[in-house]
Amino acid sequence: MNNIRFNKYYKKFGFLSVILVIISLSLLSFKGLNYGVDFKGGTLIEIRLDISDHSVSKVRDVFSKSNLPNLTVKNFGNDKDYLIKFQKQNLGNPEYINNLKNEVSKSFPDINFRRVENVGPKVSSELLKSSIIAISLSLAAMLFYIWIRFEWQFSLGAIVALFHDVIITLGIFSLLSLEINLSIVAAVLTIVGYSMNDTVVIYDRVRDNLKKYSDIDIFDLSNRSINETLSRTILTSLTTLLALLSIFFLGGEILRGFSFAMIMGVIIGTYSSIYIANPILVRLNVNHDTLVKKDEEKN
Amino acid sequence: MLYFTKIKIITIILITLIFTYLSFSNIFKFDDNFLKNKINLGLDLQGGSYLLLEIDNQPIISQTLQNKLIDIKKTFKDKSILVKNFFIENNKINFESEKVFVEEIEQIFSDKESDLNPYFEKFKTHQYIVENNNNFFSLSLSDYGIVLLNSSSLDQAVEIVRRRVDESGTNEPNILKRGNNRILVELPGLDDPARIKSLLGKTANLTFQFVSSTGSDGFGTETLKFDNDLDEATVSKRIILNGDNLIDAKPRMDTQSNETIVSFTLDRVGAKKFGRATTENVGKQLAIILDGKIISAPSIREPIVGGSGQISGNFTFQSATDLALLLRSGALPAPMNIIEERSVGPDLGKDSIKAGIISLIVGFSLVVLFMVYKYRIFGLIANLALLTNLFLLLGVLTMFGATLTLPGIAGIILTVGMAVDANVLIFERIKEEIKNESNKIIAFDSGYIKSRTAIIDANITTLIAASILFLMGSGPIKGFSVTLGIGILTTLFSVYFIARLLSSIYVKSNKDKEKLL
Repeated sequence: MNNIRFNKYYKKFGFLSVILVIISLSLLSFKGLNYGVDFKGGTLIEIRLDISDHSVSKVRDVFSKSNLPNLTVKNFGNDKDYLIKFQKQNLGNPEYINNLKNEVSKSFPDINFRRVENVGPKVSSELLKSSIIAISLSLAAMLFYIWIRFEWQFSLGAIVALFHDVIITLGIFSLLSLEINLSIVAAVLTIVGYSMNDTVVIYDRVRDNLKKYSDIDIFDLSNRSINETLSRTILTSLTTLLALLSIFFLGGEILRGFSFAMIMGVIIGTYSSIYIANPILVRLNVNHDTLVKKDEEKN
Repeated sequence: MLYFTKIKIITIILITLIFTYLSFSNIFKFDDNFLKNKINLGLDLQGGSYLLLEIDNQPIISQTLQNKLIDIKKTFKDKSILVKNFFIENNKINFESEKVFVEEIEQIFSDKESDLNPYFEKFKTHQYIVENNNNFFSLSLSDYGIVLLNSSSLDQAVEIVRRRVDESGTNEPNILKRGNNRILVELPGLDDPARIKSLLGKTANLTFQFVSSTGSDGFGTETLKFDNDLDEATVSKRIILNGDNLIDAKPRMDTQSNETIVSFTLDRVGAKKFGRATTENVGKQLAIILDGKIISAPSIREPIVGGSGQISGNFTFQSATDLALLLRSGALPAPMNIIEERSVGPDLGKDSIKAGIISLIVGFSLVVLFMVYKYRIFGLIANLALLTNLFLLLGVLTMFGATLTLPGIAGIILTVGMAVDANVLIFERIKEEIKNESNKIIAFDSGYIKSRTAIIDANITTLIAASILFLMGSGPIKGFSVTLGIGILTTLFSVYFIARLLSSIYVKSNKDKEKLL
């Protein structure tokens, strides 16, 4: 069995995490998130240019002729594909996208409109609201589940770890100005599930060991449990990462943000189940009696 | 945990074979398909358009209140109740009465059998809320009244939308109600919904009204713009005929003027009305008005009594076809707005499928190689379980005729990555057990038993996340939650039945081997 002294660094990593969470929270409150059309409303157009002479600035010039507010143009995946976004939502006029398409086609006769998304302000604010509800609901559901399955100290530890993961993942998105869309929300929810999964496996072992050894204190016991489950933690993280990296590199541009969020989430989730979830048990001074007392109460 | 009865083994094999067969039926066309279901590709994979329409019910509410006001006035007049100062503001009917009538008025509104409460009999609740404040009455639609109004306009609108989309010749459109005032239209294969959008964006309220030469008329007049937004004309508010009386409309080429026109046929009532009106008004201009704009205002040269007529006005063949289609399918009960639109071209869909399949194959291979490297023979067992898991997952999706989206493919790949978790947990536990237990079979048994709670807990947490995504998400995201959720269930099956069955066979015949795992 491995015997790595994880617990030697509980304090140092705890400190690091606190700092990372603070940085993330301040990024989120001052810089904010880069919401995509799903949440901000507006129009997104993905085009491909095969023959025409093209570049980002050329595409921007052509589109800006139509006077589009907050126009952004960038390459999307390869040098033939461009992603164009702007704020105009003008859904009242059904001809409007069509007119824009005709206008742009004059400059780029070979243009291929691969994707058009147009989200009105009402829908985007509803999507944002329901996403926030979904994430909160899943956190609450996890809390509830863990609370039923474990003692309260464990559920507190698991929830703190979850918040840690979600906040830092979003912080990274804020820092890098990566776009938040519906699939990122799906990724965050999956991270919540994954991070929980990881924490639960270690906690399960901690609980087993607490019952088995009444003479080892939680500081060493948690370290023992981490080591006992370590090969599993690493293996599962690795296979999951292998699958995610495959999506990230080969799954196409649309899934890139999603798989990036998941990769971050898996790494942070694995870290937090060791360095957040466990130190909290130590802090809360969980011991052999915590479990025994509860069992006695039950009987 | 390592003992399997014959029945159990047969059942496991049977289930596996059935779902594997189902999953293959997506790729190869079996003639004897006992289940006709197939995995459907979502709009993001096959290309197509998604439109979310919202009905603006305000005009209907105003109209309802307007009609109610007339009813109320009439009722009060019949009962000789003196009321004054009728006005409608903020969707409320307001009026004033004298103190002596207050009680009687309240009585009328609360009377279940009164003509003013036609809804009570049917729904046991009032359509309106009546407030009385010092002889000032105000009536507003009750929540129930609004729900009723919304749902009837939604029903009508869905019907009209369906007719318009069907008539436009779109393949397998999917039209669904969303909430109480929205309609979702999915148009597979259609990557440029411009025409459908312009068809759905029109209320198609057709009226025939005379152009008023004097500028005044017994019914009042209104000034309307022509379709070109430049000219305008004053027309009488009296509606001679509206689109309800139309039974057919077709685009046609006028042989004389060489112009594209729309010819229409009226029902009997319409023909009679139209005949009478044109007979009495020969020489006058009759404006043909669509959604508040004058299409054309031809002069009546002779009475039109045959019940058919034609509309001319700078049409191209396409716009005449569309107008005819709109007139045939009828008017929407209220205007609709497109509040969300997403369309994906067919080649992006193909690229996404290709990318999805490549990353699935690569992700799967990496995981498989890794497991063999780490666990050798048991890695093979886990891989076999993983492969079966994949077939089971596809088989279940096929059975339900589920819709596969790009995030759904990501969900499958993620399942592949996470599915080995359960086997890893079990194998690692067994390794520990083997250290203290010389009997390999017992060690395997307790490895399975002791890892069970962790596996169940871990999977339930992911299942919770997937269920919430399923409930809250829409479209592609829902596809992700479906594959992720079903993936968890098939993973548990493949781990606890297939991998365990294979391990038990292997362990029983190799129990004396020194290094088993």
